[in-house]
Parts: sequence; C-alpha cells; structure tokens
Amino acid sequence: MEKLNGAQQVVRVLEDLGVTRIFGYPGAAVTDIYDELYDSKKIVHTLARHEQGAVHMADGYARSTGKVGVSIVTSGPGATNTVTALATAYGDSIPLVLITGQVSTDLIGTDAFQEVDTMGVTRPVVKYSFLCKKPEDIAINIRKAFYIASTGRKGPVVVDIPKNCQNRAYLFDYDNKSDVHIRSYNPTIFGHKGQIKRAVTELLKAKQPVMLIGGGVVQGEASAEVLQIAKSLNLPVVSTLMGISGYPASDPQYLGMLGMHGLYEANETMHNSDLIFAVGTRFADRATNKVSKFCPNATIIHIDVDPASISKTVTANIPIVGDAKTVLTQILTELKEVDGKPNADINLWWDKINVFKQKHCLDFRKKDGIIRPQEVIQTLSKVCHELGINPYVTTDVGQHQMFTAQYFKFEQPRHFITSGGLGTMGLGFPAAIGAQFANPHDCVICISGDGSFQMNMQELAIVKKYKLPVKVFILDNSVLGMVRQFQTVFYHERYSATNLDGNPNFVKLVEAYDLKGIQITDDANLEEDFKKILLDKDNFTLVDVITDTNTKVMPWLRANGSMVDMMLNDEEK
Amino acid sequence: MRHVISILIENEAGALSRVVGLFSQRGYNIDSLTVAPTDDPTLSRCTILTTGEKDEAEQITKQLHKLVCVFRVSALFEEAEGGIEREMVLVKVNTPNRNVRDEVKGLADIFSAKIIDVNAEIFTLEYVGTSSETDNFIQTLCKLAEVVEVVRSGVLGIAKGTHYMKP
Repeated sequence: MEKLNGAQQVVRVLEDLGVTRIFGYPGAAVTDIYDELYDSKKIVHTLARHEQGAVHMADGYARSTGKVGVSIVTSGPGATNTVTALATAYGDSIPLVLITGQVSTDLIGTDAFQEVDTMGVTRPVVKYSFLCKKPEDIAINIRKAFYIASTGRKGPVVVDIPKNCQNRAYLFDYDNKSDVHIRSYNPTIFGHKGQIKRAVTELLKAKQPVMLIGGGVVQGEASAEVLQIAKSLNLPVVSTLMGISGYPASDPQYLGMLGMHGLYEANETMHNSDLIFAVGTRFADRATNKVSKFCPNATIIHIDVDPASISKTVTANIPIVGDAKTVLTQILTELKEVDGKPNADINLWWDKINVFKQKHCLDFRKKDGIIRPQEVIQTLSKVCHELGINPYVTTDVGQHQMFTAQYFKFEQPRHFITSGGLGTMGLGFPAAIGAQFANPHDCVICISGDGSFQMNMQELAIVKKYKLPVKVFILDNSVLGMVRQFQTVFYHERYSATNLDGNPNFVKLVEAYDLKGIQITDDANLEEDFKKILLDKDNFTLVDVITDTNTKVMPWLRANGSMVDMMLNDEEK
Repeated sequence: MRHVISILIENEAGALSRVVGLFSQRGYNIDSLTVAPTDDPTLSRCTILTTGEKDEAEQITKQLHKLVCVFRVSALFEEAEGGIEREMVLVKVNTPNRNVRDEVKGLADIFSAKIIDVNAEIFTLEYVGTSSETDNFIQTLCKLAEVVEVVRSGVLGIAKGTHYMKP
C-alpha cells in the first residue's frame, strides 16, 4: 500500500472521489493541506474572500450540477464563518462536504488560539460531522462524508481535521478502498409495493387531483418521471418554491408556485382538490399556511426519502418513503400494469382551474417614470427566451426572490437556485459564482436586491480574477422591501430600520474591480438594454435597476388562514 | 403521555450530544436519560423517558432514527407485548435515634429495599422498581425519616416477551 501523510491523504481521497474544484480560505490549521493542494493536478482551488462566500459557492456548484460541493476552511473563525452557509445547505438538503482545520489533538479543550468546538457549533445545521482523532481516520471519514452528503435526504457534512493529524512527517498506508458501509445509516430507496398500489388506485379515482412537487424532485433528478405521470393522467402541477424548475413552466398543466406568495390558481387548485399527490416536499409553513385549515377535502399521498418529513406537519393518508425518481418509476410501472387513464371527470376539474386562472393574479400596471420590479423579471425572462438562453438564475431573499419565483419561466431542473428553507440573504451572488464555475459555457444570472447584494459583495474579487461572465441584476429600491411591505400593511407605515440610506453607487463599486456596471432608471428600452447585456456573453455586468419602492409582492396569504385566504393586488387593475 | 424510548447508538464521540441536541432543538422534553455501552463495546444503549402527545412521540422516534449515529429506535410501550421498566434510587436518610432506625429498617424490608451503607447518623438505602414504585418508596420514606439526598438512575427499559433489539 502507498504511504502518504495526513495532508496528502486529504488531497488524494478528494481526487479519488472525483473532486475537481474546491472553494476555500486557508489559515493556520490547514496550511499542510494547502501545501499539498498546491501540487494537485486534478483539483483547482478557488480562494473566496470570506468563508461564508466559499461555502455558498460550493453550494451553487452543487445545486447547479447535482455533484457534492466541497469547501475547506481553517479552525475557529474560519469554521464559525461557515455556519450560515451550512445551515442554508441544510435547509434545502444540498450535498456539501466542508473540511475544517482544528487545533492539534493535545490542544483541544485548552481554549487554544483559533480553537472552537466545530462539531458542537455546527451540529444542529449539518446532516453529520466527523472529528478525525488520528490521521488514520482521515480518508475513511472523508469517504463517509461524501456518501452521507449525497445519499438519502442530502445535506452538508463537516470533517474536522486537527493540525497534528495532517503532520507531514508521519507517513501511513493510504487505503484506496472506495466502498463505504455505515451500519447505522441505510436510506430507503424503493417504495413499499402495497403503498404504491394504494397510491395508484387513489390517483385514478380522484376527480380533482393535483400534483405537488418540491425540492426533492429537483435534487432527486425526478423531473422526467413527474412530467410523464402528469401527462399520462392529465394532472395539474403545482410547485413549492424549491420545486421550481422541476417542471417546465411553459407546459399548460403547470400552475406555478403555491404558498405565501403563491399564484391564485395554484393555491385555489390545492385548496379545492380531493387528492394531493406530493413528491419531495416537506409541507413547510410558508407553503401550507395554517395546517389545520390546509386543503380540507384532500387525500394526501406523500412521497419523500426522509420518513421524518412525512406527517410532520400535514398528515399523509398514503405515506411512501423512498427516493423520488425510484418511487415515481414504480408508480409509472404500476400505472402501465393497470392501464391507468385520466379520470373521466378530469376535464370538469380543468374547467374550474381555468376559471381560477382568469384571475390573472400576476397582472400589474405600469407606472410613469418608475420601473416596477415585476416588469424587470418578466422582461428578463422574456428576453432570455427570445435569445434562446436558458440561464441558471440565483436569487437572494426578499421581494426580488418572490418576483423571480412568480415571473421567471424556468424550463429545466437545477436552473433556479434560491435559499428556500433558511432564507439566507447573501446566497445569490456567491452561488452564481459557484454555478458559473460549474457551467462555464452557460449564462448565469444573479437576481438580487440592494440589501441582499451587500451581504456578500466581497466576492466581486473572484469575478474579477477569473473573468466570470456572471450577470447581476439588482432590483434597487433603496429599502428592505419585504420587511417594509410588512410595515406598510401591519405596522401603520412605521418604517423601522428598513431604509437603506448609505447604499453605495453600485456601478462605481464594480468599477473599482475593473468590472462593468450600468444603471437603468427608465423602462423605455428595458428589452433592448437587457438583450445587449445578455448578448455580451464573455463579460460580467452588474445591472443596477432602480425600481419602485412601494410595490408589494402579491398575492399574499393571511397569517393563520387557509391557502385561499389571499390578499390580491386589486389596486393594480 | 409518558413514553419510554430505547435507542441503540454508535459508541463514539459526539453521539450522545446529537441525541440530546435533537431533543432541545425540536423542543421535546427529556424527563430522564440513561446511557452505557452494551455487551458489544462499539454500541451504547440509551433509554429516554419523555412526555408528549402520541404524534409527538412518533416524530421523536422518526427524528432519532434519522440521526446517522442511531442504529435502532423503539418506543417500548407501543410494542405488541409492551415493555419492562426499572429505575434504581439511592437515598440517604437521617437516623438520629433507635426509633427511626427501626422504622427505616422495617420499611426497607417491606419494600425489599437494601440498606447498603450504615453509620450512626445516616443510613443509605437502595431500591429498584418501576418509576411509580420508586416514587412511592421515596414518598413513604419521607414520612418516616428526614431524607437528605436522593439519586435516581433514570428509567431503564427493555421489551417484554420474544421481542428484543438486535444490532
């Protein structure tokens, strides 16, 4: 067997696992590993400007490809800076492996320089974590970390490696055995046969069914199967925020996003359904509104790889634990076997749904002299479509995120990248960088707000250094729009701490990095302007679009109501 | 409702903190917790006593099972044949005079408790029973003598009959 030291084993095992890109930030506790990375022919390291940025980049890389994102940081502050990014990945079940340096084993527990209990600090926000107490643990723990991160309900895994375990002087056998077995960890993949038969019977019986897709469809690569089932039974399809891009938006059976800022037709269809066929969703509070009032007449079939997500909030009538793609394939087989056809009454259901659609809940009125944020997203989506560009779109969190979810038409899975679970402002820009590294020939757009963008704008340096052609669109309304809209409606327009006075001139800001920035204040040539920007395929552009401060995201579910207790933007029409 | 949950976990650093962390993270109560390695030293057996609604207990078992370090989980009294629980208590009582000493000795006999340490002023007793039997023992003892210290082990549980938790 080959003899390697601990630091060499870190790099070698990553290479053997097929890792080609790492996002990180060095420090005292990982210098040995960085020294080995210096010679690696297979792994390219990207130096972020903040550890949170590094892990968000790995996150964007993972979300856009389905591969495990890898990041490496030092002990203490290096590790604590990643906590938000880990929690973001955990919230949306994204496969990541984070390697953290740790003080030497003899110093652990002595409050040493840059010592923090990384396992303890990160425990609630990771799927699992390892502390390598001896060098011999390193390779096997990293292999286990990849296995855990990328199977079952995916998620981030931390591997903490003390400095002395990386010791260059200590050589030991490198075990290149690639199979990993963890006796206490066996995710269920196949759905229970009896449950699948029951589900198919209910599906065929339902007069007013609806298919609800969540992030599990995107992360579980189950889009093709979803489309096949929806087509064969003529089912309407509704998506959660995380499910967006899991079903082609241009398909007439697609009704869009449900929930707090969901579309009128999506929420009404859910509420009036007699069967919900839910795949890879956890019925989160933003999706369901008050659980006790949720879809009163619906039988619920719930497919999820995580048994703890089933009947956690909404009780499932037919629970099926398993991998989304595998279970849907089983359902397709069963449908074929029983020669399943759309229910005879499905057209009556579609008649009702088409009435819901007549509400045109996303219509808005243009205002003179000021750009409406909806207009920006709608135009951007339209221009992309016309140019035949199928961009990866990342967002931050707030009004711009909801407008993107509502107005942008996503046709392919993994093309919408957003923080749904944790709601992390600051994910969008570094995630766009990660997605651009993973997809160098594709268009990557970051849609952000003037508040969110400032949370991780230090990563502009990466764009400069690697000449990444990311396009950033800032919906710049000079306020924290989402909080402000709460204040407008529920706090008598008392705008406490939502004014972003002191914003930089974003154009000059990016110019300081020798990057191109433009400001748009007038919607007269929005389409032409956007076309020009998107056709400049090789260059970064930041587009600072000055938008209306008073526009609210609508529809808007009333708290503690059902899914149809919606405020609509009637003033707009 | 009272639930006794048995868990088999990997005997490794951080495993117990994940179990405990899960309870605090999700707002569940731990009324008692016992843990020790099993005959297989790579595994630890843990018994947790908790209170909550039935669906809450179900959610706890699911969440526990989801932990990578957790091998087996079962809610003892939801098993077909039910479960057996035991708790040990060590009690120190003041025994200032002969009268009290006799009373305490007599009570120990009735309860089949043992007097495991004796000196002129203080007796130390050991009692094993279910939680409610243990409660009863302590309460009765309190009426006869001045109890100065009580240490309870927390509940240990095992399934009845042919059921057993295999690794």
